[in-house]
Amino acid sequence: MSAPAPAGSPAAPGGWSPSAVQRERDAYRRSRARRSTLAALVSTLALATVVVLGVRAAPGWPRVRASFLDPAVALESLPTVLEGLWLNVRVMAVCAVLVVVVALALALARTLHGPVFLPLRLLATAYVDVFRGLPLILVLLLVGFGLPGLRLHGVPTSAVVLGGLALVLTYSAYVAEVFRAGIESVHPSQVAAARSLGLTRGQTLRHVVLPQAVRRVVPPLLNDLVSLSKDSGLISILGAVDAVRAAQIATATHANFTPYVVAGVLFVLLTIPLTRLTDALARRSGWLGAQSGLAGAGALR
Amino acid sequence: MRPARLTALAAVAVLALAACAPADDPAGGTTDDGTLPTLTPGVLTFATSDPAYEPWVVGNDPASGEGFEAAVAYAVAEELGFAADQVEWVTASFDQIIAPGAKKFDVAVNQVSISDERRANLDFSSPYYTTSQAVVTLAGSAVADATTLAELQGARIGAMVGTTSLTAAQQIIAPDANVSVFNDNDQVKQALTSGLVDAVVVDLPTALYITAAELDDGVLLGQLPDSAGGDEFGLVLDKGSALTSAVSAAVDALREDGTLADLEARWLTDAAGAPVLT
Repeated sequence: MSAPAPAGSPAAPGGWSPSAVQRERDAYRRSRARRSTLAALVSTLALATVVVLGVRAAPGWPRVRASFLDPAVALESLPTVLEGLWLNVRVMAVCAVLVVVVALALALARTLHGPVFLPLRLLATAYVDVFRGLPLILVLLLVGFGLPGLRLHGVPTSAVVLGGLALVLTYSAYVAEVFRAGIESVHPSQVAAARSLGLTRGQTLRHVVLPQAVRRVVPPLLNDLVSLSKDSGLISILGAVDAVRAAQIATATHANFTPYVVAGVLFVLLTIPLTRLTDALARRSGWLGAQSGLAGAGALR
Repeated sequence: MRPARLTALAAVAVLALAACAPADDPAGGTTDDGTLPTLTPGVLTFATSDPAYEPWVVGNDPASGEGFEAAVAYAVAEELGFAADQVEWVTASFDQIIAPGAKKFDVAVNQVSISDERRANLDFSSPYYTTSQAVVTLAGSAVADATTLAELQGARIGAMVGTTSLTAAQQIIAPDANVSVFNDNDQVKQALTSGLVDAVVVDLPTALYITAAELDDGVLLGQLPDSAGGDEFGLVLDKGSALTSAVSAAVDALREDGTLADLEARWLTDAAGAPVLT
């Protein structure tokens, strides 16, 4: 146990240096780590080789590669697809903000107590049921082609505005349910404690329930945000040119599918930073709620 | 245990490679008695879109032979030696027409314009029709009195995705606002009637048809000046198809003996009266 440090070992500032047994243990662990890395590498390469050989053995592969992975067409279609993607990003950003506002209002309307609020609760429930039941594409067609057809004054006729409106109407129904689940998951003892401190219902909601509820539902909210970034492309049905539509136009011009692959890659590249950023934010601010022992401690693994 | 596990892994890998073996190719190329190597021997399969629009196909029923493209298809089939009851029709979207891999048709006919970029991935027959693009609007719209291209630049223009109408709108009219792009001609017409766009660009026969028969208060403003002799429509075949030269020769024969001109006169309204916007 207390073997004296060998003469040649470097002395740490505090006077401690690892013993021979410790060093032997470290060396053994390093060799095991190297071995498992090597095994992982070999098995990954083997699998990749099997997949690549299998795909290239297919007789249609050269034709498929020319049709889906043509670099010249990819380069030519990149500028228009990027421009379309910029429209996707703008629509997603604006709609996300509006969706959160409307959804929070709906969720609060559904959790109001008291008989005098019954019409409000019923309206909110009806809204959520209707817009979760309608397929998004139907809402887009109805709002996009029907609303301007009424020829009322002041009704916007821009495809982007109408499409954004349809997206907000539909997504706020889904996100309202997510918020309501978060609100109802806050333990009743929190509300009781707030009440015993003398807070009114409104103050309890604002200072005790909502902060906890919102933090809990951040992961599913992110899911909805990523889904919104893809569905923002559906406004192309009303005439706006988004990334997928731009890819479709380029595909028809060249009779080659590579622009679709380009658009797909760009969408994935758009989504990854979003998820990593929110993961990092959540971990740093201790938003992972129930998974952490103390607020701010982050997830305990 | 390790040797057994390794053997199992190796077996799985071999099976995976074997499973990727190419499917049996049907005997391609020539057939024994010199008939054309169509998908189904003795039957010529055509593909068109669903819905198929007038005046190209009447009543979305190409098998009736009514409509310019349906009639051309049957004429080509007859030239190649297939009777009317040896012609089959399937539906295919534009993406299905250009997709690599086995096709479910021999020839596709759907107002597909011939272009050099597309030639790299598709086979075209000789052109069977040449057309230009036209601008359609509704009476009482902001551009109902327009006679020049300059007057259209401030308007909202719509066109169908993947068509030369769209390219013509973007390059020849070049409006200030981006051209709105729609999935098919039905939605283009809906956009016009509901006010999402002020004017739409479609090919001239379609424009003549919709102003005459489909739109209330439709107005044909005029043709767009041709950039290079107009759009040529060609029959589409799989890249490297064995039928391309035969089909091309059939179209040339029909043009030479005047059949194509007769079909045009019968099914397509006289386009001579439409003014050219400058």
